[in-house]
Amino acid sequence: MSDAGIHVPTAARTQTVVASAGLVAWARLNLFGSWWSTAVTLLLGYIILRVVAGVVEWGLIHAIWTVPYSATGIADTAICQVAKGTGACWAVLTDKYRLILFGRYPYAEQWRPAIVVLLFIGLYIVSGMRRFWRKELLVVWVVVLAAIGILMGGGVFGLSDITEDYWGGLPITLILATFGAAFSFPLAVLVALGRRATKLPAVKLLCVLYVEIIRGVPLIAVLFMASVMFPLFMPAGINVDKLLRAQIAFILFAGAYLAEVIRGGLQALPAGQAEAADALGLSYWKKTAFIILPQALRLVIPPLVNTFIGFFKDTSLVLIIGIFDLLTMGKVALSDPPWQSFSTEVYLGLAAVYIAFCFAMSKYSRSLERDLNRARDR
Amino acid sequence: MDAVLSGPPAIVLDKVNKWYGALHVLRDVSLTVTEKERVVVCGPSGSGKSTMIRCINRLETHQEGRIIVDGTELTDDLRTLDTIRRDVGMVFQSFNLFPHLTILENCTLAPIWVRKMPKAEAEALAMSYLERVKIPEQAKKYPGQLSGGQQQRVAIARALCMQPKIMLFDEPTSALDPEMIKEVLDTMIGLADTGMTMVCVTHEMGFARQVAHRVVFMDMGEIVESGPPGELFENPKTDRLKLFLSQILRGH
Ligand SMILES: Nc1ncnc2c1ncn2[C@@H]1O[C@H](COP(=O)(O)OP(=O)(O)O)[C@@H](O)[C@H]1O
Ligand SMILES: [Mg+2]
Repeated sequence: MSDAGIHVPTAARTQTVVASAGLVAWARLNLFGSWWSTAVTLLLGYIILRVVAGVVEWGLIHAIWTVPYSATGIADTAICQVAKGTGACWAVLTDKYRLILFGRYPYAEQWRPAIVVLLFIGLYIVSGMRRFWRKELLVVWVVVLAAIGILMGGGVFGLSDITEDYWGGLPITLILATFGAAFSFPLAVLVALGRRATKLPAVKLLCVLYVEIIRGVPLIAVLFMASVMFPLFMPAGINVDKLLRAQIAFILFAGAYLAEVIRGGLQALPAGQAEAADALGLSYWKKTAFIILPQALRLVIPPLVNTFIGFFKDTSLVLIIGIFDLLTMGKVALSDPPWQSFSTEVYLGLAAVYIAFCFAMSKYSRSLERDLNRARDR
Repeated sequence: MDAVLSGPPAIVLDKVNKWYGALHVLRDVSLTVTEKERVVVCGPSGSGKSTMIRCINRLETHQEGRIIVDGTELTDDLRTLDTIRRDVGMVFQSFNLFPHLTILENCTLAPIWVRKMPKAEAEALAMSYLERVKIPEQAKKYPGQLSGGQQQRVAIARALCMQPKIMLFDEPTSALDPEMIKEVLDTMIGLADTGMTMVCVTHEMGFARQVAHRVVFMDMGEIVESGPPGELFENPKTDRLKLFLSQILRGH
C-alpha cells in the first residue's frame, strides 16, 4: 500500500506540470499556439458563448415560473403563450410536478410515494458504501423493499388500500429498475457460470438457449408477450398483475445481457486463478465466491454499469403496455389542454431526472473502480 | 523405477496414459515416490512433465492406468478429490497468487474455508510460514506489490499453510529473473530439509544435485531414464538424455 504512490501515471504528471505553470501558459500553448489555432479558438469561443447566452436567456432570464389560475382552478397560460420562443414556461412543471412524479396516486396520500422515492435513494446510497458491504445489507434490502411495498399498496397499519392501477411516476420507474437489478444480477451470475459448466451439458445448453433467445428478441416484444400472451397460457382465474408481469419481463431481459457481460469477465481471468484455488482444495462454490467472482466482476464494472444505465432508461418502455412510469406521466401531464404546447419544458424536466440517476451511477462506477484498484497496482 | 528410499509409497503411478484428443501426452508412465523422497523431473518442453505432475493432484484426469496418492486411488469420486487436494500442495510456474487478496489472506483462505480453522489460528500459522519463507513483513501487502521471487515464496507459504504431506512444484523458477532464482531455490532447499515429500519439475541442475534423491527424465510422454542425480548426469545411457543434457549445459 505504501508503494502504491511511486508510479505516477503520465497523465497525472502532465496535470501537475499544468497546475504549476498556470492556466495562462497552458492556454498559450494549447489554444493560441499558431494563427489558425487562435482563429479556431476565437470562433469556437464565440459560438459557445452565443449558445450559453441563449440558453440562459431562455431558461432563466425570460423564463416564467408560475401562471395565474381562474376561479375554477384552471391554469391561464396566456403569458406563457406570449413568451413562447423567448422564455421557457417552467410553470408547467410547477403545476404538474406532482402528477408527473407520483401519477394518479390519490393526492392526499402522495406523501407515501414521496417517502418511497427517498427510501430508494437512501437504499442506493447505503448500498454504494463499501463499509456497509456485509451480510446485514441483505436484511436491510429485504426490510426496505417490504416497507416500500407496504407504503405503496397500503391495506395495513391504517394505511388506506391503494391498488396498482393508481401507482405511477417515479416510484414505478424506481421499482422496475431496483427490483429488476436486484433479481437480474444474481440470475445473470448463475447463467454466466452455467454457460461455462462444461461438465453439466444440460445446464449449459439451457443457459445458452436463454441468453440467445432473449437477446434475439426486442425488449418491446418481451413486454408485449408478458402483457398479452402470458395471460393466455395461464389457467383461467389466475391473474398475475400487469406490473409484476412487466417486472419479470425486465428481469429476464436484463439477466441475459448482464450474463454476457459477466461471462466476459469470467473469460478474462487467467486459468491459473481457478487452478490455484482447486489445488488448495476449495470447493466449486467457495472458489467461485472468493476467487473467481470478485476478480471477474471487478474487471467488468464499466460494462456492467453501462448495462444498468441502459436498463434504467429502458424501464420507460412499459409505456406501451399501459403502465404509468415517469415518462408516461410526462405525456399524461401534456394531455391537459392548457399545457399541451409546452412539451419541451416537460421533456427537459424528465431528462433532468433521468440524467441525475444515470450520472450518479456512472460517477459511482468510476469511483468504485478506482477504490478497488488502488490497493493493488498490477 | 524403484524408489531410492525405503518406506511406504506416497505416490504411485501405474501405467498411466493420457491423451489430449489425438495427442498421446503420457505413455505408460509408471513412477513410485516413497514418503520423504524428493524427485526432480526434467525433460524437453512439451514432454508431458506438467501434465504428469498435474495428474497427481487431479488438475488433469488420466484415461488409463492407476494413480494412488497417500493410499487413495484417484477416481471421479468427489470425496477422494477433497482428500487429495488437502494432502497435496502445489506451486505453479506463474505463482497464481490471488491478486485481490493480501498476502496474509492468500495464505489463510484455504485453511479457514477448507480446513475450517479459526481465523486467529490460521493467521498465526500463516505468519509462521511467512517467516519461514522470510517475508513476514509483507503480510499486509498485495501480490502486485511484491517482486517475482517474493511472490513465489508466498505461493510456497500458501501451499504449506494447508499442511500438505506432498508438495508438487511445476517449474517454480522458470518465470523468475535470474537474480531471484536463488531465493526461491533456497526456500525449497529449506523445505527439503524438513523431510517433505517433493516432486519438482525443474531444469536447475545444481538444485537437483543438492536436493534430489532421484532424477526422472521424460521425453515425448515417456519416462526415459531415472536414477540418482550424479549417476544420471554423469553417465546418461540414452541418446535422448545426452542430447537434452548438452542443450541444458549450453543454455546455462
Ligand atoms: N490443455 C491441453 N490441451 C491440449 N494439449 C495440451 C494441453 N496441455 C498440454 N498440452 C500438450 O501436451 C503436451 C505436454 O504438455 P506439458 O505437460 O505442458 O509439457 P511440459 O510441461 O513437459 O512442457 C504438449 O504437446 C502440449 O502442447
Ligand atoms: Mg510445463
